[in-house]
Amino acid sequence: MTAVYNNNTADASAEVAVTISIDGADVIVPEGATVLDACNAAGVDTPTLCYAENLTAVNACRLCVVEMDGSRTLIPSCSRPAEDGMVIKTDSERVRHSRKMVLEFLGSGVDLSQADELGTWSEFYGADADRYGPAPARINEPVKIQDDLYIRDYDKCVLCYKCVEACGDDAQHTFAISVSGRGFDARISTEFDITLPDSACVYCGNCVAVCPTNALQFKTEFDLRTVGEWRPEEHEVTTTVCSYCGVGCNLEMHVQDNTIVKVTSPNDHDVTSGHLCIKGRFGWQYVQPTIERGPTT
Amino acid sequence: MADLKFTDDQASAEESAAIDAVIGDERATVHEHPRVIRGGTKRRHRMRHLLLPALHALQTESGWISPGGLNYICEQLQVPPAEAFGVASFYELFKVDQAPGHDEAVTHVCVDGPCRAGSAQVIAGIKAGGGHVHESPCLGQCERPTAVFVQGRRGPNVVKADAPNVLAQHGEPALRLLHRVGVVDPESLDSYRSHGGYAALDAAIAAGPDAVIASLTESGLSGRGGAAFPTGIKWRGVRDADGDTKHIVANCDESEPGTFKDRIVMESDPFALVEAMTIAAVTTGAENGWIYVRGEYPLATARVQNAIDLARSAGLLGDDVAHSGQRFDIEVRRGAGAYICGEETALFNSLEGFRGEPRNKPPYPTTHGLFNQPTAINNPETLLNVLPIVLEGAASYRSVGTESSPGTRLFCLSGDVGNPGLYEFAFGVTLGEVLERAGGVEGELQAVLLGGAAGTFVDSTSLDMALTLEDTRAAGTTLGSGVVMVFNQNADMTDTCTRIAEFFRNESCGQCVPCRVGAVRQHEMLVELRTGGPAMPDDRRQLHDDMARAMADSSICGLGHTACSAVASALTLGLIGTSQ
Repeated sequence: MTAVYNNNTADASAEVAVTISIDGADVIVPEGATVLDACNAAGVDTPTLCYAENLTAVNACRLCVVEMDGSRTLIPSCSRPAEDGMVIKTDSERVRHSRKMVLEFLGSGVDLSQADELGTWSEFYGADADRYGPAPARINEPVKIQDDLYIRDYDKCVLCYKCVEACGDDAQHTFAISVSGRGFDARISTEFDITLPDSACVYCGNCVAVCPTNALQFKTEFDLRTVGEWRPEEHEVTTTVCSYCGVGCNLEMHVQDNTIVKVTSPNDHDVTSGHLCIKGRFGWQYVQPTIERGPTT
Repeated sequence: MADLKFTDDQASAEESAAIDAVIGDERATVHEHPRVIRGGTKRRHRMRHLLLPALHALQTESGWISPGGLNYICEQLQVPPAEAFGVASFYELFKVDQAPGHDEAVTHVCVDGPCRAGSAQVIAGIKAGGGHVHESPCLGQCERPTAVFVQGRRGPNVVKADAPNVLAQHGEPALRLLHRVGVVDPESLDSYRSHGGYAALDAAIAAGPDAVIASLTESGLSGRGGAAFPTGIKWRGVRDADGDTKHIVANCDESEPGTFKDRIVMESDPFALVEAMTIAAVTTGAENGWIYVRGEYPLATARVQNAIDLARSAGLLGDDVAHSGQRFDIEVRRGAGAYICGEETALFNSLEGFRGEPRNKPPYPTTHGLFNQPTAINNPETLLNVLPIVLEGAASYRSVGTESSPGTRLFCLSGDVGNPGLYEFAFGVTLGEVLERAGGVEGELQAVLLGGAAGTFVDSTSLDMALTLEDTRAAGTTLGSGVVMVFNQNADMTDTCTRIAEFFRNESCGQCVPCRVGAVRQHEMLVELRTGGPAMPDDRRQLHDDMARAMADSSICGLGHTACSAVASALTLGLIGTSQ
């Protein structure tokens, strides 16, 4: 597969530094850093979708494209290593146009209502997702609910590959899901679309944690949203350490109305890089049983 | 042993036997004893490239990718079932559901280009006879519409064979690349040798790698697959690259609508391809050769395989190629119905047993190609050119063609011309001369599609255009893969363009947003035009322009970059979207 360049590999103390021009300003970054790292260092805000600090860059969404002198096409900043002497424009007409079109394309086929950042960027670039005729093709699939832990809403899926990476060799090494099919009909799927309980899924929830559009949602969140009671702005987040084993994963318990509704781990935590196992992610029922038990005999 | 989870489905005895027949002893784990299992991640990764051949075996045996069969493959190769399913469902020739008729042979009927007009009748005829039909994108037989390919079930795959003297230019002394086509016996090494075969390999070994690369560079040979990258620079890059091992790949996944040159070359002069690849190997120091042939070319596959086998028996492949001291051998791999796999990095992924999705470049194949090793990947036509360059030298090679486009070029003539077929002309021939030589336009010329679905339309004002890389580029068009598809005044260009848009919609791999969604929106726009037209409102025109620009700028690979170009050119020329 393609070489991996994310900012985990960019060592700030590296002896070799490269100088790259971002919108006219020279930026010095360590060798191995990406153009996106350089943009961040220059204080230039860049929209991303399929990029995550804790995953291998797949450069599939093309939202972070920038213009590079000497390149016929735009380049994906998230995965292009910075090279000495590169001259980058992040706000040219071409860049703005492509970013706008990617956002329009996504908006015309996918439900982005719960992808807050994309909404902000769509407004910023003036994306008009409604200009694609009366009935542009959409995914139109019912929400898949196969267990009590998380749901899959394919209408919200932008095929960013993040969940596949998290399930595969970027974190969990479970390989329960992959992209299947081709083109617009491509879907994240188990083999033959068998249910998650039948699949290799181990319910670590790492796919849910990396999903940028809420296509994967914890069942607790989904249920609250369904009844209009999901109020993230009121959430109290308590950081603690998982008590199940000795690894020492940090947990962030998101609490609404004195009830745990979601568990995450910080992306910058040395131990987890944001990833957890089923116990840390879902094993808090002993604090507040959510599964109704039948009468004991 | 990797921690994989399988469903309870079991392969039938026939299925496991068919799969074993292609993967042989190559298993990712070896169970020596209930408690001794040899294997591991490294071995698993090394076996993965057998996934595609194993899927082919299962499809042929069962008529679909059955859950039990997939489990068996995954267990033997230690590939996660979800990933293997993702691979299988990527390809047109693999069926992942038990569709009615899956246990019968399937007849694929082409609905593209010149085959489009007659396809409905052919399909109806097969259906009336109780046959199982699949509407297919271009099958690479555009000179003999309507093209048909039979995908066998427990039997061979079949396409029609050409008559021996297939070329209209048969016997013309000016032919440099096609002079053996229809002349030599494609199944005989002796026949190939008696027509000058393997003289170039001897000359290349005698001259040495640096001299060969110098000749190639001096000759000005550039890639014939569409991108026109200088071949000498590519081979120099591979020779100089560090790697555990190096690869030569012949990209025979010819799928650009309107293109059939590689098929004819492989069917009629397969040893030339093998010889040219061997020259690439001794020149770059590569030990591994791969010929990736599109799945719909069974005759080409068989002839190339036969040529490899005979060359190996004669010591022209193997541990000591033609006494050069170098090891080199070639494996043939079949594609499974995916246009995108003609993109070089998608081809690598496909060959390695992954979904045929293009990789981001850089890094480039010369340093990070197949299995992440230095790789020279060339189109068969490019490789054919190496033979005369090595034999006759760069100066002689440059004696025809132009300064910037030296040598000759293969052209695939199809559609409304007198003699459709494969032609070879020196660069610089005009479009009008090409049409004239191919028997002239039948009827009144409306448009010519140059370079395939990824190319552009031109009209009669371009008849005097010289067909060179520089002239076509200056005119905003392309030679691409050499397609010259002719449409007369009766052709329905809106329907033609709608089908081109549908082709890209179906063939986009889906990896990047601009192409995955843009190709769908373009098709929807043309369907709207076909039903609501003929004029295209200004705002729709603007929208197409916006889409085309974003797709060309920000898609990952050439498919997305060019998916709008033919339609855009038809709009510009007024072939579609005007009120007349």
